[in-house]
Amino acid sequence: MARYLIRRVLLAVLTMFAVSVLTFLLFFAVPTSPAYVMCGKQCDAHAIAQTEQRLGLDKPIVTQYGEFMKGIVAGRTYGTGDLAVRCDAPCLGFSFRTNEPVTDIIKRTLPVTVSVVVGALIIQLVLGVGLGMISALRRGTAFDKAAVGVSLVGASMQIYFFGPILLLVFVYTLHWLPNPAYTSPFDDPVKWFTQMILPWVTLGFLNSAIYARLSRAQMLETLSEDFVRTARAKGLPKRKVYARHALRAAITPIVTIAGLDLGGALGGAVITETVFGVNGLGRTSVNAVNDLNLPVVMGTVLLAAFFIICMNIIVDVLYSVIDPRVRLS
Amino acid sequence: MTQTPAGPHDFAEAPAGGLAVGEAPLGEPGEEVAAPSGTAIIGRSPGQLAWIRLKRDRVALVSGIVLLIMFVLAIAAPLISKLYGSNATDQHSDLLDTSGYPLGYLGGISGSHWLGLEPQLGRDVLMQLIYGMRTSLVIAFVSAIITVAVGIIIGIIAGYAGGIVDSVLNWIIDLVLAFPFFIFCLAAIPVVTDAVYGSRGDVSALFRVGLIIAVFACFSWTYPARLVRGQVLSLREREFVEAARAAGAGMGHILFRQLLPNIWAPILVVFSLNVPSFITGEAALSFLNIGVVEPTPDLGRMINNGTSFLQTDPFYTMVSGATILILVLAFNLFGDSVRDALDPKSSR
Repeated sequence: MARYLIRRVLLAVLTMFAVSVLTFLLFFAVPTSPAYVMCGKQCDAHAIAQTEQRLGLDKPIVTQYGEFMKGIVAGRTYGTGDLAVRCDAPCLGFSFRTNEPVTDIIKRTLPVTVSVVVGALIIQLVLGVGLGMISALRRGTAFDKAAVGVSLVGASMQIYFFGPILLLVFVYTLHWLPNPAYTSPFDDPVKWFTQMILPWVTLGFLNSAIYARLSRAQMLETLSEDFVRTARAKGLPKRKVYARHALRAAITPIVTIAGLDLGGALGGAVITETVFGVNGLGRTSVNAVNDLNLPVVMGTVLLAAFFIICMNIIVDVLYSVIDPRVRLS
Repeated sequence: MTQTPAGPHDFAEAPAGGLAVGEAPLGEPGEEVAAPSGTAIIGRSPGQLAWIRLKRDRVALVSGIVLLIMFVLAIAAPLISKLYGSNATDQHSDLLDTSGYPLGYLGGISGSHWLGLEPQLGRDVLMQLIYGMRTSLVIAFVSAIITVAVGIIIGIIAGYAGGIVDSVLNWIIDLVLAFPFFIFCLAAIPVVTDAVYGSRGDVSALFRVGLIIAVFACFSWTYPARLVRGQVLSLREREFVEAARAAGAGMGHILFRQLLPNIWAPILVVFSLNVPSFITGEAALSFLNIGVVEPTPDLGRMINNGTSFLQTDPFYTMVSGATILILVLAFNLFGDSVRDALDPKSSR
């Protein structure tokens, strides 16, 4: 186990390194000088050169990459003398637009995105797995058919269509809910909940369609296996067989998918946050992309890759915990 | 077994006339019952069998017809535009009220503008939808074809070559999978556009479409590659490959003439899953203002434009959203049917 983990982590570090090199090359090898983007049209050549020097953009790309990575690990200092600006580890640079440290931007917006994603994850797991399991147990009934139909449509539905529909119905027409926004749950939990419920339902309901299809198929497969019949034959009540034996076997692949989904959740969060105008990490990164605010974009991409790689490892370890047949080696 | 009455499924097990024909008689059930067991069983190729199963699937029929209509609409868009009397970029500002909303009900539906007009710009919604579908379908199909082609080539090479080549290719696949696909698309498209066009502005529509396709292909070939690799790994030790090798066949012949025809079914399934996911991916990018640029009509951007008028003219958003939904739903249903037809044992 320990050896496996060490190997996986080493491999993950190597992958993270490759991702960072590629991202860096793509974003900082662009001909348009970031210094130009940063200070806009009013800057003359001298001012641009000065900015470039301060940001270290006049150095060769390898040195720049080295400094960037050093900044993440140990922090770095931009510029020299009086103009020097200290950026503590983990330093991802400063926003070209507002000069705010990227780390601060992420710290400010990440809780919003975590709120959206975790809330949606709970809905999609409870609703999706629940629907899938029940329709597998009641295969062929009207409930099953309705659930299959809903999940079919849900799997083809898009956040950027479903979100506006919900907004139109519940906010603009019925006035039941306030316009979605983010309030810290520690300040005002009720407000946080009512403002977040639409993003949760949108993301959660659409994702639950996939979970419902998957868990229904898994449950059907498990129910046809010998050990379920054996458990029934030895006299265990139905409920016990389903809840203890079948559910555990059927849930393993769902845990995998949920873990990987969580790793890539930022993608879905980007669209959800844009639809509802919630200022999370996703919306911030879209705005940064449109502004060519490269440090912010770079920070988001690296963070997203980090999440994906971490979740991959966690899922593999979790898999072996849930399913003893899987040996890590 | 031979005494049982001739139900259509029993033929499969009965090696009538010594001909083991797989599931051949699954053909037309009515025909089978009518024909006495004396008639010869027709040998059918797996492809023909799949086609027969697909033809009998009602969901496949309906979704197939919907797709066909959409294809025809998209292909014949210029012709339809001529017959219909307006195109996707004309601005009918005379039909808008002073604040830029279409006159009349439901977004300005009228005899000459069947689905109304776009708020502010006054462009015809129906023509925008048809041309937008064209954009979606072109991007999705080209991306899917490139994705699958690259995946096949890399997968076959990795699977057949084995050893160090396989390890390296596998690591590259792992690496690409670690990239946050959507975030990276989002970030790469404006940055690359900027790198090519700089501050000149005017991005050509063709360049942007090509870039979207390239980015999609760059990050999606991994799945078909993995799949093909796995299939090739199990196939390469089989006798027919050995026979081909013994007969002196070259590497290219073995790879593309012997191995490839045996893995078409899973490849087709991957393709059918890829197309709708690229349609939604492209629409999502355009929704975030990062996809296709104006004035090329695009479904995702229509929704994005529509959200600003959600309270005053919801019809515009609803129509464009519904079009994407129908398109993707039809593709998904058809894809499911194709998968069932190719692999009847699979239970969804």
